[in-house]
Amino acid sequence: MKAVYALYPDGASAQRAVDGLRAAGVAERDITVISAMPMEDYEFSHKDKATWIWWIASGGGLVGLCLGTWLPWMTETAWPLQTGNMPIVSWWTNLIVMFELTMLGGILATVITLLVTARLPGRGPELYDPEVTDEKILVGVKNPREGSVPEIERALLSSPAARLKTIGTP
Amino acid sequence: MSEPTALRISDDLLRPLLRTSWRFYVLVAFLGSIVLMGLGSWFYQMYRGFGITGINNPVYWAFYITNFVFWIGISHAGTLISAILRLANAGWRRPVTRCAEVITVFALMIGALFPIIHLGRPWLFFWLIPYPNHRGIWPNFRSPLVWDFFAITTYLVGSLLFLFLPMIPDFALVRDKSTGLRRKIYGALALGWRGTTKQWNRLETAMQIMAIAIIPVAVSVHTIVSFDFSMAPVPMWHSTVFGPYFVAGAIFSGIAGLIVAMATLRKFLHLEDYLHPVHFQNLGKLLLLMSLLWTYFVFAERLTIWYGNEPSEMAVFWVTQRGSFAPLFWTMVICNFVLPFPILAIKKLRTIGGCVVASSGVLVGMWLERFLIVVPSLGHKYLPYSWGVYSPRPVEIMITISTFAAMTLLYVLFAKFVPIISIWELKAGGHPSPALIPPATAEHALGEAYP
Repeated sequence: MKAVYALYPDGASAQRAVDGLRAAGVAERDITVISAMPMEDYEFSHKDKATWIWWIASGGGLVGLCLGTWLPWMTETAWPLQTGNMPIVSWWTNLIVMFELTMLGGILATVITLLVTARLPGRGPELYDPEVTDEKILVGVKNPREGSVPEIERALLSSPAARLKTIGTP
Repeated sequence: MSEPTALRISDDLLRPLLRTSWRFYVLVAFLGSIVLMGLGSWFYQMYRGFGITGINNPVYWAFYITNFVFWIGISHAGTLISAILRLANAGWRRPVTRCAEVITVFALMIGALFPIIHLGRPWLFFWLIPYPNHRGIWPNFRSPLVWDFFAITTYLVGSLLFLFLPMIPDFALVRDKSTGLRRKIYGALALGWRGTTKQWNRLETAMQIMAIAIIPVAVSVHTIVSFDFSMAPVPMWHSTVFGPYFVAGAIFSGIAGLIVAMATLRKFLHLEDYLHPVHFQNLGKLLLLMSLLWTYFVFAERLTIWYGNEPSEMAVFWVTQRGSFAPLFWTMVICNFVLPFPILAIKKLRTIGGCVVASSGVLVGMWLERFLIVVPSLGHKYLPYSWGVYSPRPVEIMITISTFAAMTLLYVLFAKFVPIISIWELKAGGHPSPALIPPATAEHALGEAYP
């Protein structure tokens, strides 16, 4: 992996770097911003915000509901107990199992979606610098195009506090 | 007191992980020995059979089921409170949430153990689980005990994930700050977390969904635990008020457990800069609210039974009001209302020490409440010739004591290996210094008060 990136002491200088990269023609999806905490006050943290996770969680809940409906129904009809002329399939009591499995389905779907979309566990080499945990904000470009490196470096150095670093020889 | 910077937050909260004092080993050895004694008692019970316990006709549910209900109640401290505060975006929640969520997970584990301890042949506990088996027998889905299985499993899975997900960024922090084997272990736990904007956005969305999902699950869990009793035609059990009454009691005891845990952590891990008096003040107010709610439920339940004057219920009523269980009943009333009410209602008394005294009383009172729900009713069923008495035997007392030691031990070990306060959440919210903490009337603006 090749990368060029810089570390910034605060969100404002990181935001300037992101804006500089955009102005230099770097595509939004190629800009990587890494921080030790969510930086909701800055515009750059709102990229990648659109997600299907709510819908997928609802879908997971629906799958759980179907399972929670089928399991007690199948059990009660496959192994009918003496119910004294009460219905064999007891919906009032089954509602509890249906509810619990609906919620479990939603929770599991949420977590699986999180892991998949956030690429956890990480696969392969990724752009990262342990200094991020010392409150630095990393802004960089992974595998930059041939010839674009000088312009990227200029954009990253738009803030005087920036410390430029490279991985490989981009 | 200086305001902790982001770097100091990391240093302060990672210190317990990176340095170990001799007192930690002494405490672990002490608690571990009590847990081992409890395990020994359990094996002895398995070897000798249930005859060595005080459980006998007609009181088949006693200490173990009391402990089951009590610990499931304590589990309501964490995830439920954390989820509500998270959805309400309460700024003061940040140092509190993880302390609380851990209680949920460990209390649920311990609580769920008691029905197994209560089984004569615990190695066959998997018969409770619905799966196709060679006997062709499936669990009866109309039984509250099967509902318990589904509810507790869902709550435990949800709470574990609710606890684990926000720990991932902190694991990454520990990974980057450590070396050798520790780095490898925390690296594996961090799942390759880097902190990209996409990862943060996904994590926060997932936590929001989890918070929304976990609240009704938490309410359902203790409602279903109450169904274990209220679905049975036993005097003073067969009541529609039991669901909300149990939920209120669970949150009540849960908050009390949380306050005691937080005060202990604050003292021994020197977290005075993070767990401020205002956190205890706010939780103290919640505890006061729950104390009043609990008292209201007890009054409503008792008044209805007294007014109905049904003989079988009055037998249980009087044995708890002025009979052999009266000392326990009135101790419960003192611990759950008479003691905490003035301490928590009077602002000057609602200090950290005051909250701890009130909470300790509530924990005792709520354990007694669970005992008084289980035992007197079983001992005084409809026909007086079937009445019986129960007194606990050493094996039950030892197992009960050992679960309190197990809870403490698990909590101590967790605080040793994981930052007990969510570091990234604290940094993200800004950490209010005591000087910036507004008076108690305006604490809702805490999150905004910090520049």
